[in-house]
Amino acid sequence: MGELAAEKHVEYILSVEKKKDSFESVVMEHLRMNGAYWGLTTLDLLGKLHAVDVDQIVSWIIKCQHDSGGFGGNIGHDPHVLYTLSAVQVLALFDKLDVLDIEKVSTYVAGLQNEDGSFSGDMWGEIDTRFSYIAICCLSLLHRLDKINVENAVSYIVSCKNLDGGFGCMPGGESHAGQIFCCVGALAITGALHHIDKDLLGWWLCERQVKSGGLNGRPEKLPDVCYSWWVLSSLIMIDRVHWINKEKLVKYILDCQDLDNGGISDRPDDAVDVYHTYFGVAGLSLLEYTGLKAIDPAYALPVDVVNRIFIGRQSKKES
Amino acid sequence: MASSSSDEEFRQWIPFRQRPEWSDVKPLPQDDGPSPVVPIAYKDSFVETMDYFRALYHGDERSFRALSLTSEAIQLNPGNYTVWHFRRLILEALEVDLQNELDFTEAVARVTDTCRHHRRWIAEKLGTIATSKELEFTRKILSLDAKHYHAWSHRQWVLQTLGGWDDELSYCDELLEEDIFNNSAWNQRYFVITNSPLHGGLKAMRTSEVSYTVKAVIAYPENESSWRYLRGLYKDDNHSWVNDAQVSSACLKVLSAKNNYVFALSTLLDLICHGFQPNQEFRDIVDALGTPDSDRQGSDLAKSICSVLERVDPIRANYWRWRRSKLSQAV
Repeated sequence: MGELAAEKHVEYILSVEKKKDSFESVVMEHLRMNGAYWGLTTLDLLGKLHAVDVDQIVSWIIKCQHDSGGFGGNIGHDPHVLYTLSAVQVLALFDKLDVLDIEKVSTYVAGLQNEDGSFSGDMWGEIDTRFSYIAICCLSLLHRLDKINVENAVSYIVSCKNLDGGFGCMPGGESHAGQIFCCVGALAITGALHHIDKDLLGWWLCERQVKSGGLNGRPEKLPDVCYSWWVLSSLIMIDRVHWINKEKLVKYILDCQDLDNGGISDRPDDAVDVYHTYFGVAGLSLLEYTGLKAIDPAYALPVDVVNRIFIGRQSKKES
Repeated sequence: MASSSSDEEFRQWIPFRQRPEWSDVKPLPQDDGPSPVVPIAYKDSFVETMDYFRALYHGDERSFRALSLTSEAIQLNPGNYTVWHFRRLILEALEVDLQNELDFTEAVARVTDTCRHHRRWIAEKLGTIATSKELEFTRKILSLDAKHYHAWSHRQWVLQTLGGWDDELSYCDELLEEDIFNNSAWNQRYFVITNSPLHGGLKAMRTSEVSYTVKAVIAYPENESSWRYLRGLYKDDNHSWVNDAQVSSACLKVLSAKNNYVFALSTLLDLICHGFQPNQEFRDIVDALGTPDSDRQGSDLAKSICSVLERVDPIRANYWRWRRSKLSQAV
C-alpha cells in the first residue's frame, strides 16, 4: 500500500490559495468560502493550520457577510446558507467565533425554515435536505438550535426517507450518499437517530463499495473519493462502519493522490482539486489513518474544534 | 446575446469602456487582493464584464441595460449565482414576460444549478403554462446524463407542483429500456406509481409492476436497483412479499443459473427471515452453490446462505457475518 503524501498536499493547498489570478480561480470566485473551508480544514487535519494568515482570512470572511446576517461565497456576493455554514466552520477552526454577531447570523439561518420544517437555501426559496443539515449544523455550532422548530425540521427530514433506508433531497427524491450524510448528520445533531433503520441503511451504504475498494454514491455509479466522506461518516454515525472493507478503501483513496504535485482527485489519474483533497483526507481521518487529526463525522470539523465548542477549554473545566 | 460560441463572441465583443451607452459607469474590480493578471483577451472580456456587473449591482441599477449585462455575464460564467439573483430582481422590476426568460435559459451554454433554480423560479410564477417546457428542459438534460440528480429533482418538483403525469411512466419505460441499471429511473418509477393521480396507487399497480420487475431481475440479476424496487413494491406488506410465488421463483431461477446470484441470495435470505418456508428445491440449489466443507450449516438454510455470501461477496464479509450472527439470536 502507498502512503499519504501529506507534505505535498499541504503545498498544493497553499498554492491554490495564492493562485487567485488563474482563470479557474476567477471563474470559481463565487464559491471561495467553500474552498476556504475545504482547504483550511484539510490543513488542520494535517496539523498545518498555522501555515496561514489567520487575521487576513478572518477579515476577509467578515467582508463576505451581508446585512441580512448571512454570508456570500465571496465579497460582494449574495448570502446563502451554503457559504454561511462554511464561514462559521472556518471561524470555528481558528477559534474566532467570537467575531460574529451570533444573534444576527442565527436569525438569518433560522429565518430560512419553512412551515413544513424544511429549509430554503436563500431568499429565492429552493428547498433541499442539504439545507436542513446546513441550518442545523450551523445553529448547533452557534448554540442557537432553539431558534428553529426542531421537531418540524426532524419530521421533514424523516419524510424524505426512502424504502431502501436512504434519503433524498425532497420526499420521493432518489437516495444519494450526499443527501444521506446531510439527513443522518442533522438527525445525529438533533438527537433523532432513532428514526433511522440503521441495519437497512447500513446495508445500502456498504453496498456502495465497489471492487476497486472505492465508494459510489448510488447504485451503478462510478466510485468517487468524495463518497469516502459521505458514506463513511454516515456509517460511523449509525455505528455500522465495520461493514465496509476499510483496507481497500484506504488503498483507493491513496491511489487518487497526485504524488508529484500534491492534491487528491475523484478517481485515480484524474485532475486534482481542493474539494476532493479535503474529502480524501477527511475520509482517511475517519479510517484512523496515522498522522491525521480525528474529524467529527456530524460536524465535519476536527474533533478538538468540536470539543472546544461544546465542552470548553480544559482550564475552564478545571476551575 | 443568444449565441453560445465563444469564438464568435470574442470576435464581436466590444469592451464596455468603448461603448458610449456605458460611459457613465465606473467599473468595480473584485475586492479580493492584487488585480488579476490574465494573459489572453478572452479573459479580459470576462474580467471587464464582471467589473461592470459589480458597478451596477453595487448601485442597484435595475434597468434594461443591466438586464443585457447580466445576459453577457451569465454566458461567460453561468455558475455565478449572484448574477442570476440580480437578474431576477431586474426581471421583477421591469415586469418582463417570463416566457421569453425560459428561452434565455435554454441558450445558456452550460446547464448549471443556477440555471435550474432560475427556471424553477420562473415556472413558479408562470404556473401550469410552463409545465411542458419544464418537462422538456429536464428531458434534454437527462438525454445527455440520464442520472443527473438535480434534473431529476427538478422534474419531480414540476410533476408535483404543476402536474403533467400523463407520459411519465412510459418515460421511465423508455429510460429503463436504454439502461436497465439506471437507478434514477427506477426511483422515478416508484415516484410515479405512488404519487401520480392517474394510476391507482401502489397496491393497484403491484401485480403489473412485479411482472415487469421480475423480468428485469432475471435478465440482469446483478442489478441492485431492480431487486430493491421489487422489495419496495411490498412496502408494509411482508405477508404478501413472502407469499408471492413470482418473487421466490425468480430467486430460484437466478440461483439455478449460478451466475450473478448475490442479490437473489440476499433476497431469499430476506424472505426466509420474514417467514418463507423453502422447499427441498431451494435447499438443493443453495447446496450446489456452496463449497463442500465450508458453507453447509446443517439444516439451517439461512445460515448456509450467509456463508455463501461471505465467500462470494468478500468485500462485505463483515456484513454477512453479522447477518449470520443475527440468525442465531433470532432462534
